[in-house]
Amino acid sequence: MSFLIVFAIVLAIGLAAFVIGRQRAVAQDDGTVKAHSRPHYHGWWAFLTGVVPAVIFLASWGVGANAYLNSFVHSALPADVADGTVAHEDLAAGLVKSLANGLGRLDDKERAALPSTFAELQPMLSAKGVALAPDTQDYMIPIAVEANRTSDRLSLISAIVSIGLALVGSVYGLSRISPRTRARNNVEKIMLWGLVGASTIAIVTTIGIVLSMLFQTIAFFEKVPPMSFFFGTVWDPRFAAAGSGGAEGQFGLIPLLAGTLYIAFVALLVAVPIGLMSAVYMSEYAAPRVRALVKPALELLAGIPTIVYGIFALVTLGPFLRDISAALAGGTPFIQAQSILTAGLVMGVMLIPVVSSLSDDIITAVPRALRDGSLGLGATRSETIKRVVLPAALPGIVGAILLTASRAIGETMIVVLAAGVAANLTLNPFEAMTTITVKIVNQLTGDLEFNTPQTLVAFALGITLFALTLVMNIVALYIVRKYREQYE
Amino acid sequence: MTDISLDTLTSSTAPARRDIGLRKRYAAERRFRLYGVLAIAVGLAFLAIMLTSIVTKGYTAFWQTTVTLPISFDAKIIDPDNKRATDPDVLITANYPKLAENALIEKLGIDPKDRATVRKLKGFLSEGSRVQLRAIVAADPSVIGTTRNVDILAAANMDSAYKGQIDLSVPESRRKVSDQQVEWMNKLKAEGAMSEHFNTGLFSFGASSRPESSGLGVAIIGSFFMMGIVLLLALPIGVAASIYLEEFAKKNRFTDLIEVNINNLAAVPSIVFGLLGLAVFINFLGLPRSASFVGGLVLTLMTLPTIIIATRAALAAVPPSIRSAALGLGASKMQMVFQHVLPLAAPGILTGTIIGLARALGETAPLLLIGMVAFVADYPKTPFDPATALPVQIYMWANEAERAFVERMSGAIIILLVFLMAMNIVAIVLRRRFERRW
Repeated sequence: MSFLIVFAIVLAIGLAAFVIGRQRAVAQDDGTVKAHSRPHYHGWWAFLTGVVPAVIFLASWGVGANAYLNSFVHSALPADVADGTVAHEDLAAGLVKSLANGLGRLDDKERAALPSTFAELQPMLSAKGVALAPDTQDYMIPIAVEANRTSDRLSLISAIVSIGLALVGSVYGLSRISPRTRARNNVEKIMLWGLVGASTIAIVTTIGIVLSMLFQTIAFFEKVPPMSFFFGTVWDPRFAAAGSGGAEGQFGLIPLLAGTLYIAFVALLVAVPIGLMSAVYMSEYAAPRVRALVKPALELLAGIPTIVYGIFALVTLGPFLRDISAALAGGTPFIQAQSILTAGLVMGVMLIPVVSSLSDDIITAVPRALRDGSLGLGATRSETIKRVVLPAALPGIVGAILLTASRAIGETMIVVLAAGVAANLTLNPFEAMTTITVKIVNQLTGDLEFNTPQTLVAFALGITLFALTLVMNIVALYIVRKYREQYE
Repeated sequence: MTDISLDTLTSSTAPARRDIGLRKRYAAERRFRLYGVLAIAVGLAFLAIMLTSIVTKGYTAFWQTTVTLPISFDAKIIDPDNKRATDPDVLITANYPKLAENALIEKLGIDPKDRATVRKLKGFLSEGSRVQLRAIVAADPSVIGTTRNVDILAAANMDSAYKGQIDLSVPESRRKVSDQQVEWMNKLKAEGAMSEHFNTGLFSFGASSRPESSGLGVAIIGSFFMMGIVLLLALPIGVAASIYLEEFAKKNRFTDLIEVNINNLAAVPSIVFGLLGLAVFINFLGLPRSASFVGGLVLTLMTLPTIIIATRAALAAVPPSIRSAALGLGASKMQMVFQHVLPLAAPGILTGTIIGLARALGETAPLLLIGMVAFVADYPKTPFDPATALPVQIYMWANEAERAFVERMSGAIIILLVFLMAMNIVAIVLRRRFERRW
């Protein structure tokens, strides 16, 4: 029985318990004893006692059964495969799993007369729309059949137990109904736990991010020494064919980091002056009507997905800059179509609204009295802004720029499309350089074999990126928060 | 009263003003203002250029050239051995493009024996005619032996030529459309057999290696599934988390940690969420690659901080007097929150949710890592089937070499932007309509 059907049955039992509980509570209220809770709270309590334990069981059993099946498949593989490299074993286990998945789509009659060779099996499966890898081996078929049988057994047990739990729980909840039962308090206690649980998801996500990347990074550093990753100046991962033993590549972070920082720097050169000036104009000069019109228009820039910026850089701006440079130099273009300049420019424009909305908040937070004092002493508006408002807002603006820089470093789609894929070390902004995010995408898209340094390196890059942006974000948030308190 | 004559006044000229650099300072003031205007102008100009360049490249994608041909479903070609009653594969593998080609030969009045001329027909009609005619025969096998008018898609190059996007002054050998084909095209156009229609295929087709028969159908369904999952998961979880933090949590280490985490997650690069999805959902939990369910989960985690921040702001804006009144009438704290504060904060929460959804809809990078860059031709039936998403489909078309794909890609961007615009407008309208100032 599938997971979803069991879940639906459990839910149905809970709803039945709710209806019955509510009616019982109404029936018991004869006016002689003052009821503690309103009837629907009794209903909800019966619902919760039925559903919550059953769902918790169902979820944990599901995860456990998955892990058990995994280890079952691994142990069932013949010794010569199991002794091989980890990648090979994982590959075989993956094939068995997709085979088992495919077998699940056959009907009973076909399953009874299952052929013993893959060559006979494949046409049967492809008739059902199941495409399997051609290197599936004959010995995998019995393992897959056995895995399916085990999985059926496990899900049957889980279905019986969780439906039983739901029934027992509902009956227990219903049996406790009486006018003086504190049903409302019970329900609210569980609700509060639900709220606490929801709010911890942020922490769980962060832990998940760190742990998931950490494990893969450790696996990567077992194959490539950390020193040659962090201080290597050559990036040449050399994709190896699956199972060939893996040619050693070179994984130097330096060229990627340099490209990332260079492009982010160019982007900030564009975004900070323009964003800051437009924020100043918007908050200090613009008439309310102009502001009401222009501000949403600038925010529109922030609402456009980054892939659109990337495409614009790739299709329009890049070729345009190349042609212009060709015309200027008389023939050979000195700006490549994919270059630091193109990517930086477009990313800079994308960041304008980020800078301007952050600094707009900060500038408006500067107290009126400071401005009035300066204006009263005879300073012009621009002098007030330059000598009073901006210095007062400086810490906040630095925080805003840091936040923007972290956005620039983590930006992916623009650089994937506009910055190029060659890992250069160059100072010339007209050439192509690549970034950490581009390489993460490159290493992990397409057919990939897990557990090779070529794919694991993406996680090492990811954790570097995460650490880099984390530090910038925390510092920036600290500065911004501290600054806000100063004037509140 | 005597008039004072002018000459009795000793001096009417003002004393010479001291030069305190006012002129310079005012000039600086004007310059500063100008910089501000310029900055805004640069931003808006870029926005305008970008949108115009995309619209001018993409609006033609909404039209598609078709050739209306009287196709005779000749049993000799579809089923030469006459065994379709016993072997259903015959109808699937039949040479349908031949039917279209024959119809075209007849329409143009070419001698079918003139091999050289017939060969030039190659690349005039889309190879997609195979699927199209097969669908007609499969739906109604009795059509075999009869003749019926069918709108066959023109091949991408002919489509471009028809739309006037191919420069015909270039020597014949250097363009993708031959003079003969152009001549035929003009003939068919004059007869009214070749014409442009609204391109419904752009919205309904799945992935294809041919531009004219590729579309956003799978991507739209995939994006729709993902938005549904994000809405179902992120909204309740986000609202619950905000209620706890805003209404119940005491200020202590634990809640501080949660706050730092939420603010930080809002600024984590989106690609990191893709790595999380790949490592946890796909490798650890064994969920299928390319499935919109996994994409939805990843986007949920990404959208949560946005929704939480917006919801907390909305909850904090509800005045304390409402809370005191509810508590004073004997409501429990939970009742106060759910029956009084939450309904009043709902418009703000909704606005934040829609804006979060819009951001999730345009997000590409994490989806690339969980394998949504896939060639999916069939509609996904459940969120667990392979699918793509709108921005991912745009990315995939950007990597194609043919010029007709650039047109489709720009068209897809227009569709994506229209979706986003609609969502943002709904958010703005909701805010205007229901926002209460206390």
